[in-house]
Amino acid sequence: MTESQNLEPFVQQVRRDILRQVHAVNSGHPGGSLGCTEFFSVLFKEVMQYDINFKPDGENEDIFFLSNGHISPVYYSVLARCGFFDVKELNTFRKINSRLQGHPTTHEGLPGIRIASGSLGQGMSVSIGAAQTKKLNDDEHIVYSLHGDGELQEGQNWEAIMYAGSKGIDNLIATIDHNGQQIDGATKEVMPLNNIKDKFTAFDWQVIEVNDGNDLDQVRNGLRKARQLTGKGKPTVMILNTVMGNGVDYMMHTHEWHGKAPDDELLEKGLAQNPETLGDY
Amino acid sequence: MNTFTNTGNIDTRSGFGAGLSELGDKNKNVVALCADLTGSLKMNDFKKKFPERFYQVGIAEANMMGIAAGMTIGGKIPFTGTFANFSTGRVYDQIRQSIAYSGKNVKLCASHAGLTLGEDGATHQILEDIGMMKMLPGMTVINPCDYNQTKAATQAIADHEGPVYLRFGRPKVPNFTAEDQKFEIGKAQILQEGNDVSIFAIGHLVWEALEAAKALQEKGIQAEVINLATIKPLDEKAVIDSAKKTNAVVTAEEHNYYGGLGESVARTLAQHHPTRQEFVATQDTFGESGKPHELLDKYGLNADAIVVKAEKLLG
Repeated sequence: MTESQNLEPFVQQVRRDILRQVHAVNSGHPGGSLGCTEFFSVLFKEVMQYDINFKPDGENEDIFFLSNGHISPVYYSVLARCGFFDVKELNTFRKINSRLQGHPTTHEGLPGIRIASGSLGQGMSVSIGAAQTKKLNDDEHIVYSLHGDGELQEGQNWEAIMYAGSKGIDNLIATIDHNGQQIDGATKEVMPLNNIKDKFTAFDWQVIEVNDGNDLDQVRNGLRKARQLTGKGKPTVMILNTVMGNGVDYMMHTHEWHGKAPDDELLEKGLAQNPETLGDY
Repeated sequence: MNTFTNTGNIDTRSGFGAGLSELGDKNKNVVALCADLTGSLKMNDFKKKFPERFYQVGIAEANMMGIAAGMTIGGKIPFTGTFANFSTGRVYDQIRQSIAYSGKNVKLCASHAGLTLGEDGATHQILEDIGMMKMLPGMTVINPCDYNQTKAATQAIADHEGPVYLRFGRPKVPNFTAEDQKFEIGKAQILQEGNDVSIFAIGHLVWEALEAAKALQEKGIQAEVINLATIKPLDEKAVIDSAKKTNAVVTAEEHNYYGGLGESVARTLAQHHPTRQEFVATQDTFGESGKPHELLDKYGLNADAIVVKAEKLLG
């Protein structure tokens, strides 16, 4: 089997986990979660070097920050399926007394999480800080981060992008989930981002584009290439062109499922498109 | 009667700068970040001694707070430096989510707090910062009274695990506390004992409280003067014990009376020993341009104002 064929069952199970988590509490964000499932799967299963015995300080390992915290369902599923905590805990998503808060947080001590996110636009700065500390500690591991494309409308990002380019933060790989959608509609209608690549280039970043961010081979190649670009004096951004809601036909190519859970009938429809592979929680 | 002597006027921000510089020697995990105000914050010495641990972020305070939060991951202790206004109101959400809620060990060091920033005027004179910061769960809030205490507090907060807001100022003010003191977070400092009225003060108003106590003494009123440099966690026992003794309380601060020290004292006493209280604080207003002492006079933040409030209580 190819690497991607090996990973496909994992991806499919994560999609099921996403749908089941949001359905169970009739809330949460399936669209962006599904769009980034392949990215998370490749990153955590194949690319990042980390200790499964979670250490908040993340020393001598690669670390990841999710800036667009609302896509917590995919994050939680992948963390659980990788062994950070029991997959059964996915049952507690967004419920009272849970470590799986609506948006990820360190507050309840969930293994795998090193910063709270949800209020948008803060993760780039945090990632830069963590990358700087790795440099001070002579730790040659990489800091990865993920950001929504709509999230780039938050001004703090541009402070951070300017800083990272100017200061040459070259142990950072930021990924932009470029799905062209946000809550109120298409980003090109709400607040056009225009040419994201040119913007990053102008700020002295190395830019990689992944044409199909839902293709495992392309995501893998993109992340490998990004990794090769580290340590060369510039930060790296990977623009990941994804389809919001990928893998669940009625959720694709629309912003409608950004922050809405499927009802019983649509859940079954979505699950039927992604049969159980590794066992439901 | 108190025996405090002004050993010379000096700015509290210089106490921060000196403390930070010494800290750099003692603790290799301490890093400093500044948003284009290195000179104003007196961080130049640290920058010169430890260039590899000094981060100039430019005029981008939100980014500075996020970077500071990130730098804690891996064991660094970041000290951020900018004016109090840009350390709090401008970046409240970054502090709230990336630092306070995330439980990050960041030290928010804020100069030019209050009216005494002076001529720059109300855009820069924050009088709401204590309120904003003390509202954040887990945040420690400290406003030391002079150079020596600011220097000691700067060093003490490095040993405290968790976010801290350290507030200090621009003008040269009396330096009167001990040179080699150890700052204890959450511990009130009883500067003068008295039975008639308790004066609880912070920051620049502590010296004014001592001056007020002298004036009251001449009128036969024995004031107790307590420096509550740590506003959160408040030394509630010291507040309650003093109020039980005097049954009259004046609070004094360079801050709005909404959200400041006065409210923290009032809440404590309302629960444990309801006491008549007067507030020396700004009265829900913005500041304006002027010399520091002119502003303190105009807005009623000085020894005279404290005396008037004390007499009103004892009236």
